[in-house]
Amino acid sequence: MTGPLDGGGPDEGREEVGGVPRIPSPRRAADNYEALPAPEGAPPPLPHKVLQSLLGAWALSACSPEETTAVEEHLTECAPCAEEALRLRDAVGLLHHERDLDLDPLLRSRVLENCLGRRPARIPVPDWAGPYDAETARLDALLRDIGDSEWHAPVRLKWFEGDRSVSRRTTVAGVIGHLQAVDGLVATAIGLDDSLSSKTPTERTEDHWRGAHHPPTRAVRGPWRDQAHTLIRTVSFAGRGVAELSVSYGDFSLPLRDALVDRAFECWVHADDIANAVDYPYEPPSGAHLHGMIDLAARLLPAALAQRRRAGLAAPARHLVTAGAPGRSLHLEVEGSGGGDWYIALDSPAAVGSRDRKVAQVALDGVEFCQLVAGHIAPEEAAAGQDGDREAIRDVLFAAASLSRL
Amino acid sequence: MAKDTPPRWDRKMQQRLARGEAAALGELYDRFASLVHNTAHRVLDDESAADQVTREVFGYVWENPDAYDPRREGSMRSWIAKLTRRQAVHRLRQAEAKAYAERGGGSPEELEQKVRRAAVSARADFIVQSMPAPLRAALELAYFQRRDYRQTAADLGVTEDEARRRLRLGLQLLATANSRPVDGRAL
Repeated sequence: MTGPLDGGGPDEGREEVGGVPRIPSPRRAADNYEALPAPEGAPPPLPHKVLQSLLGAWALSACSPEETTAVEEHLTECAPCAEEALRLRDAVGLLHHERDLDLDPLLRSRVLENCLGRRPARIPVPDWAGPYDAETARLDALLRDIGDSEWHAPVRLKWFEGDRSVSRRTTVAGVIGHLQAVDGLVATAIGLDDSLSSKTPTERTEDHWRGAHHPPTRAVRGPWRDQAHTLIRTVSFAGRGVAELSVSYGDFSLPLRDALVDRAFECWVHADDIANAVDYPYEPPSGAHLHGMIDLAARLLPAALAQRRRAGLAAPARHLVTAGAPGRSLHLEVEGSGGGDWYIALDSPAAVGSRDRKVAQVALDGVEFCQLVAGHIAPEEAAAGQDGDREAIRDVLFAAASLSRL
Repeated sequence: MAKDTPPRWDRKMQQRLARGEAAALGELYDRFASLVHNTAHRVLDDESAADQVTREVFGYVWENPDAYDPRREGSMRSWIAKLTRRQAVHRLRQAEAKAYAERGGGSPEELEQKVRRAAVSARADFIVQSMPAPLRAALELAYFQRRDYRQTAADLGVTEDEARRRLRLGLQLLATANSRPVDGRAL
């Protein structure tokens, strides 16, 4: 191709370089020069202003070959443009792909610990709110990294009702709505505004889904995150006094300190559901936090067992003892990070679990136990090691699965 | 004349940090950890060194929330980005000086050049993240997607003239990364 500037010397006028005699065209506004009809064989030279406007595109190699040639010719004769071209080319070298490496989720607790070691908090986050703080932060980091379309990835929520596994289909965004709706129970209990009036986790979730935009999008992340931050902040200010405050789940209630461990547990379980749906790796909580979650489930087991018994789903009590006395117990041995030993009173929630009155033992991994409690694995498939009273073992494993809910 | 008054979030965050609210520290981390870590990693190109700088920067902000002056520093985001670059450059210079001393060879000029390159790329990252979204979108298409400016214009639904303007302006902003002195004072 023949550029319009061919053969032009730097001392010639900008509009008349090229040595081809022609009528100089008037300068046009930069955005309509292309509308000019090109004379055959000899396109008009691009005016300085247009060439200058092309410098960014030129530096990025985003011009047509003709324009590239025209710009480069121009640079040999126009010092200000040449200087700018050089600067912009250098700037292109500074563009680079964002690093995809995710932040190490454990870094958060190390950084915060280091800070608090340097300057203790005057208003600390209560220990019992720590797991909720950590798990919501981990889930949020996962959500930050997923793309718009992944918010619509299907997720199947699973839990146990009676002796059978049930499930419900939703999306990643729907799961966040569910978490927000149920976290709202805690918000209500500590006097924060809450838009839903319904009482149980299931009703609240249904109401939230009904009231939400369809289909829910990544816009659900902000309100969920803000609510979690507000919860943590509020319990920090309230301090010790509110730890025992009762949080109603409709048909049962938990003290606030346990309710936040429960919400941390749900947050992890559903974060794991989401991670599976979008094919991301997701680790279990830290050992200390996992321990707290297992401990809460172990403490809830005697009452869950009694409830199943009343419903005729568990064997009758064998040896009732006076309240507070040691009763027949199952030794729950949880292995791995966060593990430990728990003695579950079998005949009554009022009895105390006792090593001396152990009639059975179950050994399983911490994460596996949590999956059982979440209703993600069947009681029949849980427990690597079992020893002793088979009925007691069966009843406790089914009671563990019955702790799960939507 | 004061610069833009900082957004409410920045002011409230500063007050909460000053008050010693641990929950505020968590929120600060949630908002800025990836900025801090990515910046430190861009300068130091080392995961554990970036972790270390992340610890140092948040430690500094937590201990010195009053050091943030919105009139001088602009947004808390840009203040924290600047602190991070400073600390990371300081660490890089230390690490490089040590390596030069151990290996022998290498001139102070080479060291300075390396430090400068790293500081400039970190600043460039911040400029790209903070520039107006339309400029960033244009650069994204032209550079990463390899679209020419006409395709870029079509993709963005703007005139070709506007696409050229955005590409040029975006690069002009980015080029300012090269024009400031390197600040590597330790926190």
